Amino acid sequence: MSAGDAVVVDARGLRCPLPVIRLAAASRDLPAGTLVTVLSTDPAARHDVPAWARMRGHATVAEAEVTPDEEADGGTRCVWSLTVRLGADS
Amino acid sequence: MTDTTEPTGNHSPAAPPTASASRVHLDNGGGAPLHPLARQALLQALDDGWADPHRLHTEGRRAARLLDGAREAVAAVLGARTEEVRFTAGHASALRDALVGTAKARRRAGGDVVVGGTERAAVLHAAAAAAQAQEGERAVVGVDRHGRVDADAFADRVARPGVALAALQHANGEVGTRQPLSTVHEATRAAGVPLLVDAGASLGHDVVPDAWDLLAAHPADWGGPAGVGVLAVRQRVRAVPPAPEDADPWAPGGVSVPAAFAAAVALQATEADRAAQDERRRLLTQRVREAAAAVPDVEVVGEPDDRLPHVVTFSCLYVDGEALVTELDRAGFAVGSGSACTASTLEPSHVLAAMGVLTHGNVRIALDRSTTEDDVDRFLAVLPGAVRRVRDVLGVGGL
Repeated sequence: MSAGDAVVVDARGLRCPLPVIRLAAASRDLPAGTLVTVLSTDPAARHDVPAWARMRGHATVAEAEVTPDEEADGGTRCVWSLTVRLGADS
Repeated sequence: MTDTTEPTGNHSPAAPPTASASRVHLDNGGGAPLHPLARQALLQALDDGWADPHRLHTEGRRAARLLDGAREAVAAVLGARTEEVRFTAGHASALRDALVGTAKARRRAGGDVVVGGTERAAVLHAAAAAAQAQEGERAVVGVDRHGRVDADAFADRVARPGVALAALQHANGEVGTRQPLSTVHEATRAAGVPLLVDAGASLGHDVVPDAWDLLAAHPADWGGPAGVGVLAVRQRVRAVPPAPEDADPWAPGGVSVPAAFAAAVALQATEADRAAQDERRRLLTQRVREAAAAVPDVEVVGEPDDRLPHVVTFSCLYVDGEALVTELDRAGFAVGSGSACTASTLEPSHVLAAMGVLTHGNVRIALDRSTTEDDVDRFLAVLPGAVRRVRDVLGVGGL
């Protein structure tokens, strides 16, 4: 994986707390410094991903509302993209 | 009755446990059980105060006397004049009418409404509506990790030109955090901006400082009946009531005299032993804070010291709030939650979100005056197992 690339966890369509659980599961065996991006349609993930990162010693480095993917979502759902940089004690 | 989806008495497997004596209700914020003295007062006032208090006959005057006595009693607790206090149809409508009416009266000063980030939804929505009606903006001042509003930012915002009014809760009913009310009120007074204080989670439990221009309170929160609210407006404050032409401009059509009377009696009763209840419930919530924090990956939220005596909230990582509320209910314990999956909307508690704490797996507890030490200990005995079971269902071991 090239520098700056993030591991992507697709949690669209899942409700809280599943996006955070998928993110945690994907991050478990990754080295510190890895960037992991989670995509979520659940509004709670916007708050819970940064809170999880704080509790686990990771850093939230990016948050964005992604233009809905018309093919995948019918253009109806807001998709949030949150990226964390994994800390040493994950 | 043909609706087969309704539980049908003892035949439904989904019926909740019927041994209500063993139930422990820990979700008393905004809806505590009726105080025993309020029940007595309500029954008495149903007999004596059923008539229209505006009528001139004996029955009407008797009702009017009960209502006046109720206003006087609430005013005494608030340190207000009797004529500054009135009852309304409810807490939310008191907040809304106070916001909209003050903004209207202050339109020459400007249209902006400044509010704290963890105000209840009724305040946030009414502030937006009031600001929009006067072509101003609703300015939301942020809070820290404990839910305490940034007093400096609040002061700076109200000092800017064009502010009609500001609103700040005395304490937050979801997480218990007290707001820096006196500091903020000094700033709003200096700016000449009236401050509406939401005492809906605190009056009846905590001393509300004399740091308000308008104040709304919630009788059902302190053991009074539901269906009645309190609105106090200092005489120096100008506010346009929602129905100026009505005999009861702030509660068009009038309020329930028995409900208002029982609300006042309940408030007097809570004041009488407030100090003892404060100490007792503070010890119990502290016990909950320590026990909850000892469960793995549980974060107790809210200001640890400068808080309401009876409210405690925590969030459990990797826990479905709805599943946890249901699991605890099955074990006999009723708790609240700010998690999205427990609400009718998809949005989680804006209070938890504003604080930057976990919104999922949230448990909200407000101890009643009747909650015993044994109730709390039994709850704490089942809590770790309940959290573990709902986590096991999601298979989150090792995360």
